[in-house]
Amino acid sequence: MTLTLSRRQGEPGQEDTDIPIKALAAVRMNRVSKTYKSGALEVDALRGITAEISYDCFSMVIGASGSGKTTLLNLIGCIDTPTGGDIEICAERPSKLTDNAVSAFRARNIGFIFQNFSLVPVLSAYENIEYPLLLVGMPQAERRRRTLAMLEAVGLERQAGQRPNQLSGGQKQRVAIARALVKGPQIVLADEPTANLDSATGASIIELMRQVQAEFHTTFIFATHDPQLISHADETFVIRDGELLEHRRGGAQ
Amino acid sequence: MMMLFKIAFRNILRNRRRSFMTGSAVAAGAMAMLLFGGFTNNIFAGLETNNVQRIGHLTVFRSGYFLFGAGNPAAYGIDKYTEVMNVIEHDPVLAPMIKVITPTQSLVGIAGNFTSDVDASKTFLGVGLVPSNRNRMRQWDPYHTGAGSLPDTRLSDGDQSRGLIGFGLARILGLCGPLKLANCPLIPHTSASEGKGVPVNKDIAGLAKLDTANGANQPGRLPQIELLGATAGGAPNVVTLSVSGVDPQGAKELDDNYIAMPLGLAQQLVYGRGEHKVTGLVLQLNQTRDMPAVRTRLGTLFREHHYDLEVRDFGELTPFYGQVVALFSAIFLFIALVMGIIVLFAVVNTMTMNVMERTNEIGTIRAMGVLRRGIRSQFILEGWIIGAVGATTGAVIAILVGNLVNGAHVTWTPPGNSTAVPLRLAVLGQPALVIGAWIGLVLVATIAALLPASRAARLSVVDALRHV
Repeated sequence: MTLTLSRRQGEPGQEDTDIPIKALAAVRMNRVSKTYKSGALEVDALRGITAEISYDCFSMVIGASGSGKTTLLNLIGCIDTPTGGDIEICAERPSKLTDNAVSAFRARNIGFIFQNFSLVPVLSAYENIEYPLLLVGMPQAERRRRTLAMLEAVGLERQAGQRPNQLSGGQKQRVAIARALVKGPQIVLADEPTANLDSATGASIIELMRQVQAEFHTTFIFATHDPQLISHADETFVIRDGELLEHRRGGAQ
Repeated sequence: MMMLFKIAFRNILRNRRRSFMTGSAVAAGAMAMLLFGGFTNNIFAGLETNNVQRIGHLTVFRSGYFLFGAGNPAAYGIDKYTEVMNVIEHDPVLAPMIKVITPTQSLVGIAGNFTSDVDASKTFLGVGLVPSNRNRMRQWDPYHTGAGSLPDTRLSDGDQSRGLIGFGLARILGLCGPLKLANCPLIPHTSASEGKGVPVNKDIAGLAKLDTANGANQPGRLPQIELLGATAGGAPNVVTLSVSGVDPQGAKELDDNYIAMPLGLAQQLVYGRGEHKVTGLVLQLNQTRDMPAVRTRLGTLFREHHYDLEVRDFGELTPFYGQVVALFSAIFLFIALVMGIIVLFAVVNTMTMNVMERTNEIGTIRAMGVLRRGIRSQFILEGWIIGAVGATTGAVIAILVGNLVNGAHVTWTPPGNSTAVPLRLAVLGQPALVIGAWIGLVLVATIAALLPASRAARLSVVDALRHV
């Protein structure tokens, strides 16, 4: 497979920079908290999380259901805002940006992989993968080159013209991975990406993500409740009841 | 932009049944508006043609006649009317726009049939005209309604004694038999008609026979009636009219009173041997749209020549025309409003369901970086497409139905008409109507999509992603 998906010039994590990529933090969180209000009821989803997530790592956020994993990923993905503390993503503070600027920031820098795949049902696998490139205004020829390369990378060249309802769960998640990676984002967030898959397919998806992460040097942040997946991680964040219990380098401990 | 269209089209096709039903509502709206609009335009064209054939586009009166002249027509007559006609006919601005200019004389009086077996009289409302000009005016038919295009030979410039009367007046005066009119009942023989009035009636008939100018032209074969009027000087005057046929009028009140006669005979009755004037000068134009320009030019000419004249258009002279136009316009607006509301609710309902079903998808593409305005545009575009496809389909069907009806040669009697005319649904011939209805419905569909689209755009990404 010959695949080159370069990042944009002048952005953090750029390969020709003088600063070693791993020396920078893709995500910096300083006493980040998130409280949901429902009438008089207040629920603390995150409580004072302080952590740094390195570039070019396969990081895993692990915790039971309701522990705050998804909320943490939402904040990192700039689709939600903290109620307290400060968060910095790829050297940018989303809280200082307008809604449109945050959207543009997401379009350039962040890829999402969802538990339920969340593909656009009326678009083919090819079109789903191509979609994020349209959002960053990439020329047609380059879009085509990258999309075909990603289809090849996830092993779905033959399914390029198929719609999501014609794909299996594993194939859908492969399309989702390709869609998240095709624009060469700084960070890919994967929220329980194997939860809706059988164990064999889930394992192959983990394997694929690990492979493309190594190949594209993208920061992967992977949320799961399954402790068995820890062995795949470069670094692990264990959270419980909205608090960071443990941060350890390497997963297999 | 291409992706926006692609997603919009595919989502519309994805919910085929729902999109079809909504598009059908738009199409039904377009059909209703266009078919009724075509029908309404046919009525307007028929009424306009009928009026313009009868009384022209514009009539020049002596100032004040329109408001007060009915009380004393002779006092408001236009003298030297041939000079005025000459000025108008030879004006380089007006000449190309005018088809016919002809004098007319209105008059009132009593019409009587005092033959041996009938003794009936009735007040009449008469008009004196130039028969050849009347025939030319009857050929005006730019809308191709097919009404009155053949010359009416029953009136002739060469025979000043012949005239036409309303069907109702013919019945009242007992002329159904002599004129061989179908569906026209004969006067029953009553005792009241005998005795009392005979001497007076015989006097009137005798007076008419004394009128040598009129009596010399009697053809003899046609039934005759006596017309009693008052001259400008106030003296009673009588002429004999040979009834060469009936000219049914749409309104019963007019039909029971109507007499059309050559101008010379009318002037003879109104002015006797005095100076012959006319009530008005009728102008029929080549095109109705020239009316304002001609009217303005006439005003200028009259000021330049110091003529004390005024101009009235056929809408002012026949308020019925304006009333029908206003009524049908109001009905059309009502139908358009109802159709607009139906389309509005249908599209709002469909787009609301679409937004609800695609909430997770909205969250996904927002997370990918699509702006709020991108989401809004997506759903507005879908509403626009449903509206455009529905309105186009409705317009095409309406045109086909219109052509079908036009080809079926169905006839009907429009308001104000006494005879049936072909029913035409002039949809294709009304580009402004088609374009207007199309734009209106598409606009309503687009506006209807605006509300659900804005709600979709305002969705929180996190809430949208949580939606199942």
